[in-house]
Amino acid sequence: MLRVFALALALLCLTSVAQAESPATEPTTDIEEVLQQLRSRSFDDKAAAIDALAHSGHPRADALLKALQDRRLLLDRANDRIVLGERADGGWQLHDPLSEADLGTVESRAAAPITINNRLRRQIENLQAVVGLNNPDATLRRAAAISLIGTKDPDLLAALRERRAREDNTSVAAAIDTTLNTAALYSEDSDLNARLNAIEALSGSLEPTVRNALRSRLDSDAPSERKAVETALKRIDARTARYQTADTLFFGLSLGSVLLLAAIGLAITFGVMGVINMAHGELIMLGAYTTFVVQQIFPQGHEWSLLVAIPAAFLISGFVGVLIERFVIRYLYGRPLETLLATFGISLILQQAVRVIFSPLNRSVVTPEWMSGAWQINPVFSLTFNRLYIIAFALTVFLGLLLVLKKTRLGLQVRAVSQNRQTARGLGIRSDRINALTFGLGSGIAGVAGVALAQLTNVGPNLGQAYIIDSFMVVVFGGVGNLWGTLTAAFSLGIANKLLEPVSGAVLAKIFVLVFIILFIQRKPRGLFPQRGRAAEE
Amino acid sequence: MRHSDLKTALTDRAARWFIGILFGAVALVVLLNQLIPADSGLHVSSYTVTLLGKYLCYALLAMALDLVWGYCGILSLGHGAFFALGGYAMGMYLMRQIGDRGVYGNPVLPDFMVFLNWQELPWYWLGSHSFLFTMVLIALVPGLLAFVFGWLAFRSRVTGVYLSIITQALTYALMLAFFRNELGFGGNNGLTDFKDILGFSLREDSTRVALLIATAIALALAFVLCRYITGSRMGRVVMAVRDGESRARFLGYRTEHYKLWIFTLSAVLAGIAGALYVPQVGIINPGEFSPLNSIELVVWVAVGGRATLYGAVIGAILVNYGKTVFTGIMPEAWLFALGGLFVAVTLFLPRGLVGLADNVRQRLRKSDGNNSNGTANDDQPEAPHEPA
Repeated sequence: MLRVFALALALLCLTSVAQAESPATEPTTDIEEVLQQLRSRSFDDKAAAIDALAHSGHPRADALLKALQDRRLLLDRANDRIVLGERADGGWQLHDPLSEADLGTVESRAAAPITINNRLRRQIENLQAVVGLNNPDATLRRAAAISLIGTKDPDLLAALRERRAREDNTSVAAAIDTTLNTAALYSEDSDLNARLNAIEALSGSLEPTVRNALRSRLDSDAPSERKAVETALKRIDARTARYQTADTLFFGLSLGSVLLLAAIGLAITFGVMGVINMAHGELIMLGAYTTFVVQQIFPQGHEWSLLVAIPAAFLISGFVGVLIERFVIRYLYGRPLETLLATFGISLILQQAVRVIFSPLNRSVVTPEWMSGAWQINPVFSLTFNRLYIIAFALTVFLGLLLVLKKTRLGLQVRAVSQNRQTARGLGIRSDRINALTFGLGSGIAGVAGVALAQLTNVGPNLGQAYIIDSFMVVVFGGVGNLWGTLTAAFSLGIANKLLEPVSGAVLAKIFVLVFIILFIQRKPRGLFPQRGRAAEE
Repeated sequence: MRHSDLKTALTDRAARWFIGILFGAVALVVLLNQLIPADSGLHVSSYTVTLLGKYLCYALLAMALDLVWGYCGILSLGHGAFFALGGYAMGMYLMRQIGDRGVYGNPVLPDFMVFLNWQELPWYWLGSHSFLFTMVLIALVPGLLAFVFGWLAFRSRVTGVYLSIITQALTYALMLAFFRNELGFGGNNGLTDFKDILGFSLREDSTRVALLIATAIALALAFVLCRYITGSRMGRVVMAVRDGESRARFLGYRTEHYKLWIFTLSAVLAGIAGALYVPQVGIINPGEFSPLNSIELVVWVAVGGRATLYGAVIGAILVNYGKTVFTGIMPEAWLFALGGLFVAVTLFLPRGLVGLADNVRQRLRKSDGNNSNGTANDDQPEAPHEPA
C-alpha cells in the first residue's frame, strides 16, 4: 500500500517537475545506468530497472518503456549497449535511445531485442496506467481509467481510489467509479450489498469488460445478485442494440449523402432540363481526378488542397458540361432517347481519355488529417469524421443549389425555361444561354461530388459508372424535377440499403433496392413527388 | 405496300435480297473452309467461321431490338439481359453434356458446384440435360421475364426514358445477382469448358460450320417472321403506338397489349440469339448482363438504321467488324471510336446507314425526274416534341 502511494506521489511530482532536475530530491537516477541494468538476464533486475526508469522522470522514460513493450529496445552486441532499433530490410536501423540520433544499420544478428515476460509487460502497463491516471489532461485521465476496467491488481485499485478522492472532473470520476465497481464484482471478500450496489451502478455501462464482469456473476450463490445481474445485462443489451441501430442509421445517412451528391447534379440536368445525361458519372469522375491533380500540384498541401480542389472541380466539370451542351445536346432537345445515346458516347470517350492520360489504374487521394479519425461517443457507437463531413457537405451543396434556383435571377430563368420554353423566350429570356448555364451548373455540381467521393473510394476510370445507375434511380424515385424529392429519395434509399445489408448481405441488399424501385416505378411512374400541372404532361 | 401474308413476306424484294446475300455469304465461307486445303491462300480459317457465326448472333439480337425500338418506340437498355438468359439456358445444357469429363469427374454436378460442396443439383437445373427441354427454356425464360416486366411497366404506362432507365436497372440487378456464387450459375466465372453439343464435339470444324448454318437459318427465319409481323395489321398498330400512343389508345386499341406482345417476342428472339452465341464462343458469364453491352447493342441498330430490320443486321455486323479490327490494331482507340460513333450517328445520321443510302438513292432518282415510291422504311420514328 505504502509503495503505491509513494509511487503515485512520486510520479505526480516527477511528471510535473520532471525537467526541473531539482537537486533537492534524491540524486536523479542516472538513466544510462538504468538502461545498462536492462542488459541483465534476470527478470528481477529488469523489473527493478523498469521501476527505476518509470520513476526517473526523464523526458524519454515514457518513450523507452513503450519501445521496450514493442520489442524495439535492442542490445547492440558489438558495443554492448542499449539502443532503439527498427527492422530495415533484413537488418536493424539503430538510433540512440536518448537523442534518437541515427546510429546506422547493422545486420540482423548484431542486435537483439530486450526480452520481457508477461509479468514485466503487466508491470509496464500498470506503470503507464498510473502515470496516465495523474495526467493533467482530463481526457487522458479518463482514457487511463477506462483502460483499467477489469483489473484486479490491488496496487492499481489503490491508485484508482486515491485518484478518485482527489478527482474533480465528473466524467473522469464516473469512469473511475465504473472501474472500481467492476473490480468489486471480481473481489471475493466484498459483501453482497456492496456487490449489489456495484451491479446497480454498472447496469448502464456499455464497456465490453463490464459486461464480461457481470456475466461472471451469473452463477452467484445469492439469488438476489443473480436477478440484479440479469436485469443489468438486459439493460446493457437494450442500450447496445439502440446504439447499433443508430450506427446503421448513420451509415445509411452517409450512403444517402453520397447518393445525394451524385444525383443532385443529375436532378438539375435530367429533372429540370429533361436531358438524359449518361455522361454524368464521368463528370463526377473528372471532379475526382481534379482532386488528384490538385494534390499532385501541391504535394505539401494535403490539409488545405481540398479547398482548392472544390472550386477547381466545379469549374472543370462545369466547363466540360457547357461544351457537351453546346456541341451535342443543343441539337437533340426534344429527342430524349437520342440524347441518351449521344451522352453515353461522350461518357465512353471521357473514360477512355482518362485511361490514356492517367493510366487505367486507380489513383489514391490523400485524406487530410482533420478528416480522419472518429468521434467516439461510447464504446459501441462512434461517428467517423470523413462521413460526418460528407453528410454536412452534401447538405450544404443541396441548400446552396436550392438557394441558387429559388433566390437568384439565374434560378428564376432556369425554372421559367424548364416550365415553358416558348413563353420564357417570349419574355426575353435567352433560352440558349440558360440551357448552357443550367447544364454547366449541373455538371459542375457533379464535379464537386467527385471531390467528395475521392475521399471515400479509389479514383479510377470506372468511378462514374459505379454511380450512374444509382443516381438515375434516386432522381426517378424522388420524382423528376423536384429537388426535395431527390433529397428524400437519396436518404431513404441509403438507409434502406444499410438496414437490409446485415440481413441479406451487401449485393442482395442492392438487388432488393433495385427491384423495389423497378416495382415502385410501376405503381407511381412519376416518382415519390410527381410534378403537377401542364408541364408534367409530356 | 402491305405484306399481309407470309408469302409476300418471303418473296418480297427486300426479303429476297436479304436471304440471298445471307446464305450466299455463309455458303461461300463454309465452302472455302471445308473444301479448300488449309495451306491455300483462299482457305478460310475456322476462326473466321466462328467469328461470322458470332456476328450473325449479334445481328439476330440487333434485329430483336429493332423490332421493339424501331417499330414500337420502346428503347430497351436491357436487351442484353434476355440475350444472356438465353445464353445461360444453353450453357446449362452444355455444362451437363460435359458429364464426368470435368476436373472433379462428377457425373452429375458441374465442377463449380462440386467446388462449392453442393450435394445435388438445384431444382432449376433439373431437366437441363435434355436438349428439347433446353430449347423450351431458351424461349420461355427470357419471354417470361419480358412478359412479367412488360406487363407491369406498360400497364402503368411507364414510357420513354423512364422505361429505358428501369430496363437498364433490370439488367444491372441481374448482373449483380449472377455474380453471386449462391445463385448456382458459376458466379464470376460463369459457365465454360464446354465439350460437346448433341454429341458433336465443339472443337470440330464441322460442328462450328453447322452452328454457323443454324445461326444463319435462325436469322433468316427471324427476318421473315419480323417482316411478316411488321407488315401485318398488328404491325401497323404497333407503329401507330410508336408514332402517337395516346392517339392509338383513343382510337380504341389496347396499346399496352400490343407493346407487351412485341416486347415479349423480341425478348424470345434475343434469347435465341444468346443460345446460339454460347456454343460458338464457348463461355457465358455475368459480364454479358453488363449495362454497357445493352447500350452497345443500341448503337448497332442506330448505326444501321432503325425500323428496317436489315439495317440492324448491317449495323451489328459492321460495328462488330470494326470492333474486331480496332481491338486488334490499337485497343486504346476502340472506345474513342465507339463513343464517337454514338455521337456522330445521333447527330448526323438519325436514320443510320440505311437512311443515308435512301437519301442518296432518292436524290439520284429525283435527278432522273422520276418520283420514288416510298418504301416501308421511310416512316422515320419521331419522338413527340416536348418542351424540354
